[in-house]
Amino acid sequence: MKYFDNAATTPPYKEVIHTITEVMSAHYGNPSSLHRYGEDSARLLQKAREVCAEALGVHAGEIVFTSGATESNNIAVKGAALQWITRGKHLITTMTEHPSVFESFKQLERQGWEVTYLEVDAAGEVTEEQVAQAVRTDTVLVSVMHVNNETGCVQPVAEIGRMLKKKYPRVLFHVDGVQGFGKVPLYLKESGIDLYSLSAHKIRGPKGIGLLYVREDVSLFPLLTGGGQEGGLRPGTENIPYIVGMAKAVRMAKEAEKTVSERLKLLRATLMEGISRLPELKLNSVPEGAPHIVHFSYPGMKAEALLHMLEEEGFLVSTKSACSSRKAEPSRVLQAMGKLPDICLSGIRISLGDEHTESDIQDLIAALNKAVGRVRHLKGENLT
Amino acid sequence: MIAYDMLLLRFGEITLKGKNRMRFEKAALMHIKSLLRPYPAVEILREFGRIYVLLNGEPAREIIEALKQVFGVTSISPVKIAPPRLEEIIAAAKDFVRELPADRAIPFKVNARRVWKPFPYGSQEMNRLIGGPVLQASPQLKVDVHHPEVELRVEIREQGAYIFSEVIPGAGGFPLGTNGKAMLLLSGGIDSPVAGWSAMRRGLEIECVHFHSYPFTSKRAEEKVIELAKVLSRYAGQVKLHLVPFTEIQTSLARTGQDNLIITLMRRSMLRIATRLAEQSGALALVTGDSLGQVASQTLPSMNVIGRATDLPLLRPLVMNDKEDIIQTAKKIGTYDLSILPYEDCCTLFVPKSPSTNPNLRIVEKIEAGLTELAEQVEAAVKGTETLVIRPHEEVKRRSDQEEGAAVPDKWF
Repeated sequence: MKYFDNAATTPPYKEVIHTITEVMSAHYGNPSSLHRYGEDSARLLQKAREVCAEALGVHAGEIVFTSGATESNNIAVKGAALQWITRGKHLITTMTEHPSVFESFKQLERQGWEVTYLEVDAAGEVTEEQVAQAVRTDTVLVSVMHVNNETGCVQPVAEIGRMLKKKYPRVLFHVDGVQGFGKVPLYLKESGIDLYSLSAHKIRGPKGIGLLYVREDVSLFPLLTGGGQEGGLRPGTENIPYIVGMAKAVRMAKEAEKTVSERLKLLRATLMEGISRLPELKLNSVPEGAPHIVHFSYPGMKAEALLHMLEEEGFLVSTKSACSSRKAEPSRVLQAMGKLPDICLSGIRISLGDEHTESDIQDLIAALNKAVGRVRHLKGENLT
Repeated sequence: MIAYDMLLLRFGEITLKGKNRMRFEKAALMHIKSLLRPYPAVEILREFGRIYVLLNGEPAREIIEALKQVFGVTSISPVKIAPPRLEEIIAAAKDFVRELPADRAIPFKVNARRVWKPFPYGSQEMNRLIGGPVLQASPQLKVDVHHPEVELRVEIREQGAYIFSEVIPGAGGFPLGTNGKAMLLLSGGIDSPVAGWSAMRRGLEIECVHFHSYPFTSKRAEEKVIELAKVLSRYAGQVKLHLVPFTEIQTSLARTGQDNLIITLMRRSMLRIATRLAEQSGALALVTGDSLGQVASQTLPSMNVIGRATDLPLLRPLVMNDKEDIIQTAKKIGTYDLSILPYEDCCTLFVPKSPSTNPNLRIVEKIEAGLTELAEQVEAAVKGTETLVIRPHEEVKRRSDQEEGAAVPDKWF
């Protein structure tokens, strides 16, 4: 089997697995305990924080460990809205955010906040001007993802952040960085970003662990209460093995960022070229997107059928994003891009990783050709 | 954003110091070099009363942040260098003002200086020649030569025109170590790190002394002090930290039953040990975080009785400062968040309900005379002192680490 679903989750690095195993057996002390075992765990926690901070170019005190990006996004969006309720109740985001951001805004909307959902263009992008026009005197937070998880579309978050800092310095800016980190370089401190979410398992780390960068001087309302860990923002005994494992994955991903993204760019170009030669398939990703995601539709064909045919050929891909692929609804992201209904219902996402080679891509293109050839004549209403 | 080419660093009072000027500027230069080691492309040039840092593509903002820690530097300006030709200077000046906020009127002035005389236009003439097109390009600017909020400075030299407007305050004071060496009594509190920083800012090299009473104090209190010393080392490249075992002395003093004098007695023993350590390392003064009247040991009668335990000058940089000011400085220099961590240090142990604010020197001396083992214990504490060299970005190697192997092996990260 060749795994082409790296945007859903990634195979953990062997080194990360080793680290987690060793830390888990050697250090079970609670970092809050005063004795030596506790101190050792506290030092590991601190070192992990420093390693993550260095990879992101921020200070160690600005890293909050969470259970993953869903939690990071929830803390960022709702934590900012609740904390700054006195400044106003207006929030801005886009139509194509990940559900953990999008649904947080929906929830706040039901609780009386006003949310502006920015439209995207046919490529899936929003512009700095759109954000500038949407800001009001009572705007508290803007949240824009870095790289879209379905299409790989890259948002101009650095431009948006700098514009906000210059014109509206009081407005907080959150970026969901899950799909961008390690693939598309982004410098938080130079891009006016106040809050930034990251998940370990998208960069070959363990599941169930993530982080939120909270710029110093930014305070958030904690969604959980407890023993005050992680600066009170995310109480609960720290998961030291996973935190250390994530630090390693973050460091390795950052170090490999340049070489991996350049290599994947070439593979992605080959794959997009192969897809574009099949007239049945319609590319939804644009050439300038992130280097690891290719999204296309087979209008009139049930996406799941294509997925299983590729699986028979030994290739694992995805329909829509993993989180929503079990629902038979048209993709919200593609709809927002103004795509026709049968395109929105028949999307396939192929996501690359640094383990893939040129010949893997050629084999995948061949398998796609074969699969499309099998069903070409079956096209009909009842299949979607 | 403007891509700056150079940073201009200015010196303040040290330029006034006649023959010592060279020595001071050299010390500052060394400090700058050590802080800029992570940026290999930069070039550092020295000129009368100024230092230029040519960026050669290294990040300006990051380097400014680092250089704000250089003592002796009063201010820093990021500079754009344009070829010394009128059109290019005007174009660069326009780029400069484009960065300014556009939503309100900004009082503005051009201040040109022709250093290179062959340049065809004089300083006054240049003010007009630059001001005109700049004002046209950015209508929110209004000329105000007396109280400008933005002053665009243009220095025309043969090698290029230096254009700058931002003046970022530097650390000020005297370059590092130009006024000798002192021992800082570093507790875990808010005041002593600030006192240490103030001393360094005034040109003193600092070695830190910390007293611990393990097992009454936790290892974490000690780590907190190491972290505090690490913050101070950012301003000095490195600092030494002496960790003094104080448990024996503290328990003997506690056994005397002189509850309300125990702090006075403890402080006197600490000064004696610090004085011995100062002798060993050639330091000529002790620095403490005392602030007059703040706590019982910092009343004037207490300072009098405690201070007599040493014959070295006792420097108290914060003695007349208010707590609020000290806290502000602690936040600015990055020690505050560490200082407020809740780990107890030895100064808060055995503290009586009502410590004496007016200790009697004769009684104190009598108690000490009765403690025959005290002199020996002071010697033992000096001997048992562990000295760590602390650098900003390095792991600290402890004696105990070598025995047991580090708890935080690099291979895990």
